[in-house]
Amino acid sequence: MAGVLVVAALIPLGLLLVSANWAKVTGGIWVLAAIVVGVTLLTKKGTFMERSTMGGALAFVSMPTFWLGFIVLLLFASDIGKFPILPGSSTYVGITVSPWHWFTALILPWFVLAATQAAIYSRLIRGNLLEVLGEDYIRTARAKGLPERTVIWKHGVRSAITPVVTVIGIDIAALLGGAVLTETVFGIQGIGLLNYNAISDSDLPIVQGTVLLAAMFIIVLNIIVDISYAWLDPRVTYT
Amino acid sequence: MSEQLLRVEDLRVSFATDDGVVRAVDGISYEVAAGKTIGIVGESGSGKSVSSLTTLGLTRSRTTTIEGRIMFDGKDLLALDEDDMRKIRGNDISMIFQDPLSSLHPFYKVGAQLMEAVLTHRKVSKKKARARSIELLELVGIPDPERRVDNYPHQFSGGMRQRAMIAMALANEPKLLFADEPTTALDVTVQAQILALLEDLQKRMGMSIVIITHDLGVVAEIADDIAVMYAGRIVERAPSREIFDSPQHPYTWGLLRSIPRLDLPREDELTPIPGRPPSLILRPSGCFFHPRCPYVQEEHKRIDPRLEPVPGSSAHEVACLLAPEVRNELWRGLGAGDPQEHLVRLAAGAGATLSAARSGDGEPAK
Repeated sequence: MAGVLVVAALIPLGLLLVSANWAKVTGGIWVLAAIVVGVTLLTKKGTFMERSTMGGALAFVSMPTFWLGFIVLLLFASDIGKFPILPGSSTYVGITVSPWHWFTALILPWFVLAATQAAIYSRLIRGNLLEVLGEDYIRTARAKGLPERTVIWKHGVRSAITPVVTVIGIDIAALLGGAVLTETVFGIQGIGLLNYNAISDSDLPIVQGTVLLAAMFIIVLNIIVDISYAWLDPRVTYT
Repeated sequence: MSEQLLRVEDLRVSFATDDGVVRAVDGISYEVAAGKTIGIVGESGSGKSVSSLTTLGLTRSRTTTIEGRIMFDGKDLLALDEDDMRKIRGNDISMIFQDPLSSLHPFYKVGAQLMEAVLTHRKVSKKKARARSIELLELVGIPDPERRVDNYPHQFSGGMRQRAMIAMALANEPKLLFADEPTTALDVTVQAQILALLEDLQKRMGMSIVIITHDLGVVAEIADDIAVMYAGRIVERAPSREIFDSPQHPYTWGLLRSIPRLDLPREDELTPIPGRPPSLILRPSGCFFHPRCPYVQEEHKRIDPRLEPVPGSSAHEVACLLAPEVRNELWRGLGAGDPQEHLVRLAAGAGATLSAARSGDGEPAK
C-alpha cells in the first residue's frame, strides 16, 4: 500500500517538473499502471493474456529507446507519420508558452520513455511478488481467512515493493540527469540534448556542468531511497 | 460417545508435478471430538502437514487432486466453495505454524495483524478490535500488552512471537485449532510453556486441537489420541497412553527408541530407523515400510496392510502384517534389550504373517 502511494505521489511531481524547460520526468502514471498490471497478471499466471502481455513487456524492455522513438515518429508524427495524429519532433514548447501544445508535444516522447520503463517495472514486481508469495506469512494471511485480493496487495505487494522503490529512485535520477536519446530523437531542448551537443562540440565546461548535475540528482535520489527504506521496512533503523 | 467435531474420511491428496504424481495423503481417516486433542506424528514428508492444510482448503490448485470427505460441523469442507471456506478460516478453524518469525508479516505491527484477524470476521469498530487485540495478548500471557500491541514481530522474542500467533489464531474463538509443529523452532523450556498455554486455553475455550509434530515428547504431554503417519498413510492410531505402553507398529517402535532419554544409562545406544522416508511418487511395493523394517518377511513386499483393530483394545488400530502375538513379543524383547538378530529370527520363525486372511493381490479379505 505504501509503495503504491509513493508511486501515486510521483504523478503530480512528474507533471510539475516538466514545466521547466530542461527535463522531463515521465511515467508516474505509467509506473503505477505497470505495477497494477504486473501484479494482476501474476494472479492469472499461465493464461494467454498473461503470457502475451509479459511477452510484450519483454519486447519493450529489449528495444533501444531511440529506435522506438523513431518508429513511433514514423507511425504517428503529424509531419512524417503514417497516421499523423500527434505532433512530431522539434515541436516542444514550454508550458508557459502554450500548455496544450506543451502537453501534446510530450505525448510521444512520454510514451517512448514510459513503455520501456513500465515493462521493467511490471517484470520486476512480478518477480518479487512471485518470491514473496512463497513466504510463510502469506500462508498465515490466507489461514486467517483474508480475501485473496487483500493477501496479494496488502501482504504480498507491500513486501515486494521495496526493490521497486529503489529502481524508481534511480530512474528519476537518470531522467532528471537528461534523457539524451529521447531528447535527440524528438528534438526537445532539454539537459540531455544540451549534453549531447556539448560533447559533439567539445564544449567541456558544459559537459562538466551536466555531468555534475546528473551526479547530484543520483546522490540525492539515492539518499531519499535509503531513507524511504527505513519507512517501508520497520526492521531497518538508522543509528 | 461425544460429538465428533471433525471427521476426516478417506482423504487423498495428490499433486501433479513434473516428476510425477506425488501422493502426499493416501487415504487417511481420523476424528476429533469437541474439546479433545489428537496428535499426528510422523517424519518430514509423511503428509501430516498436507492433511491439515487441506482441511483449511489451502492446498486447492489446478494441479492438486483432493478426494474424500472432511466433515466439520455437519458440512463437508471439501465440497465448500472458496468464499464459504474463507468464512471458516481464522474463524471456526484456525491454524498456527512452525516458525513464528517468518509466519508473521515483518512490516506490520503485531497489534495490526491481530486486529486484521478480528476485523475480517466481525463487524466491530477499529477501537473495539484494538481493545480485543490487547485482551488477546494478555490471554496468551504477554506482559505489558498495551505497549506490546504496537511492536513489530522482530521486537518480540521467539516464545512471545509464538504466543502472539496463538493469540491471532484464537481471535475469533475457533472450535478447532491446527498446530503445525508449534514448538519445533523454540527452546525446550519455552516449548513447555507454549504447550501448557495451549492446554490451558483448550480447557477454557472448549476447543479441539490437532497437533502435528515429529516429536513424541510433545504429544505425550498434550494429546488424548495419537495417529502415526508414514508415507501418506496412518499406520497406527490409539489413545495416547496405549501408544506409549503397547505400540504395535515397527515404525512407532523406531520413533520411540530414537528418543534420547535421561533415565537410561548413557551407554544405551539409540536405535535410529535405518534408511529414509520413501518417495511419495514412487512408493515401495506392498507394505510401504518394508524397506526399513527389521522384521520384514517376503510376503510384506507384496501385500499392502490395512488398518485393523488390535486385539484386546477397543480404540487401537495398526496397519502391520506381523501377528499381534509376535508384535507384543518383539516389543517386549526390544524393551528388555534382546539382541536384534534374536528378534529378527523370532519374527521370521513364528510364521509371522497373517497370510490366512489375505488374498493374493493385497486386499484383506474383509
